Amino acid sequence: MTTTAPGPGRSPTRERPATPRRPLTLRRRESRAGLALVAPTLLVTIAVIGIPIVWTVVLAFQRVRLATLRKTGLFGEFTMDNIDRVLHTPGFAETLWVTLIYSIGGTVGSIALGLVAALVVRRPFRGRTVVRASMLLPYVAPVVAVTFVWQVMLDPQLGIVNHWGQRLLGWDAPVPFLTQESTALATVIVFEAWRYFPFAFLFLLARLQAVPGELEEAARVDGATPTQRFRHILLPQLLPVIALLGVLRFIMTFNKFDDVYLLTGGAAGTEVVSVRVYEFLTARTDIGAAAAQAVVLAVVLIVFVLIYLRFFGRRVG
Amino acid sequence: MDRDAVETVSLRWLRRLVIAVFLLVTVFPFYYMLVLSVRPIERLLLDPGALVVGFGELTVATYAEVLRTTADGGQGFLTFIGNSGLVAVAATVLTLLVAIPGAYAVARLRFFGRRQVDFLFLAVYLFPSIVIAIPLFVVFTRAGLRGSLFGLVLVYISQTLPVSVYMLKNYFETIPVSLEESAAIDGAGRLGIIRRVSLPLAMPSIMAVALYDFMIAWNEFLFALLFLVDKPDRWTVSLGLSLLADGVEVPKTVLMAGSVVLTLPIVILFFASERLLTEGLTSGAEKG
Repeated sequence: MTTTAPGPGRSPTRERPATPRRPLTLRRRESRAGLALVAPTLLVTIAVIGIPIVWTVVLAFQRVRLATLRKTGLFGEFTMDNIDRVLHTPGFAETLWVTLIYSIGGTVGSIALGLVAALVVRRPFRGRTVVRASMLLPYVAPVVAVTFVWQVMLDPQLGIVNHWGQRLLGWDAPVPFLTQESTALATVIVFEAWRYFPFAFLFLLARLQAVPGELEEAARVDGATPTQRFRHILLPQLLPVIALLGVLRFIMTFNKFDDVYLLTGGAAGTEVVSVRVYEFLTARTDIGAAAAQAVVLAVVLIVFVLIYLRFFGRRVG
Repeated sequence: MDRDAVETVSLRWLRRLVIAVFLLVTVFPFYYMLVLSVRPIERLLLDPGALVVGFGELTVATYAEVLRTTADGGQGFLTFIGNSGLVAVAATVLTLLVAIPGAYAVARLRFFGRRQVDFLFLAVYLFPSIVIAIPLFVVFTRAGLRGSLFGLVLVYISQTLPVSVYMLKNYFETIPVSLEESAAIDGAGRLGIIRRVSLPLAMPSIMAVALYDFMIAWNEFLFALLFLVDKPDRWTVSLGLSLLADGVEVPKTVLMAGSVVLTLPIVILFFASERLLTEGLTSGAEKG
């Protein structure tokens, strides 16, 4: 590539002299450069993401197990067995339901916490930078480490939560938060809200700081109290970001594997679809069934997002 | 007092209280992790409620056990740190090499399919990683790539690429076109413009993206678990730690020492670059 400066009157006449289509050549050159520069990104994405997605769909309609893997070709015999089996195995509907509750709970919790956090650190105060950085810790810390700390903190024998709960709050017996059906799912949702509120916090804080000061000032002059100013001035400004966060967090939580797997291993009524797929893939080495569940997961997710966009589409855009 | 004054005063106190609660809730688990990692397990069992390390209680034996090689009766975390570091640095450097030209092209150049590329990245970013994991598991098993760090790096690149391109693109768009045009008039070619004008200007954003990529790769768990589980000498810190918990009775204090080893590099990196990172992550979000 040589110069591409659009200099009127002194255009280098190399490729198509004397035709009025000169700008098109420039445009074409730009297009070629663009494709060349974006090619590595596309290649990696297609090779490591695109092809695997297509292949998952193919696998979902084949009878494949890890043991027979070396013998099956890419396009072997097609069958609806896996999908059929997956939809009718006991526990699948429940898993889907748990995933849904977990996703909605985690999404709402993390956005609510993030909103409160953003509102309280909006105005400058001493130590604000440190406070803001500390609030991001749960989000940046490694998932394996934070799930361990939570496990130890909630441990019935030597966990600090049960220790102080019995001392100060008068609990009769230690609560096995992560291993009993009645509390496990709620605990996992609380963990999710704790770990991901910084994500919502960052976006909401950035938006809050972009709200012009005059708006609030004018409302104050008109006699609006702080809660009224929040309700009628700030909240409408934040709604598009909240709507966007809603869809982003929902998708991410719906797909989440690490958090639940590490906290409970999917036991005590917390089995989400990702964990179930993993179990099929490794413990049962039933690749066909795993792929079929993954496809169902993706389809359900897409349906939810489409419904959401239908209702909030204008705001998200 | 009127409603305005009541609200103003009570909200002022409420705000302080809420800040204190947030600080407690976010920082305490990390503090607890640190305290537990330097207490002997017998002391922890006797007094699980203690919030400070008692006098004369302090021990670093937990760290010694975690870091010693398995031949010496330890858990071999030094090897894991080496693996994690290698994988994370390689993934970061390679992601940047691929993402910078890509982001520049999407931000600046009109080419066929530019809008679709944008959409593609968003879709990839939000696609369930467990879906991608299945065929990769199959391919890697077949190709004998399971248990290779190279395979893992490749996966990490694909995982960090969409967000990296997105963040860099947003930044490139804020650089005035006129700067690049004047360089072009001075006779610089497209690559020269990128190297001499755009890259130096985008340095803060590139650093932020590099840190982000490093953190993602260092923290990652699912793919490490799927691909490396059979090869103990290739384990990353995350994987090693999670499998340590499954194994024979390992004291919780040792697990906490391992957690500190895993968390510390990230926390140090994060506090050293907090401003850069938070601004890099949300730049462009204002348009909302």
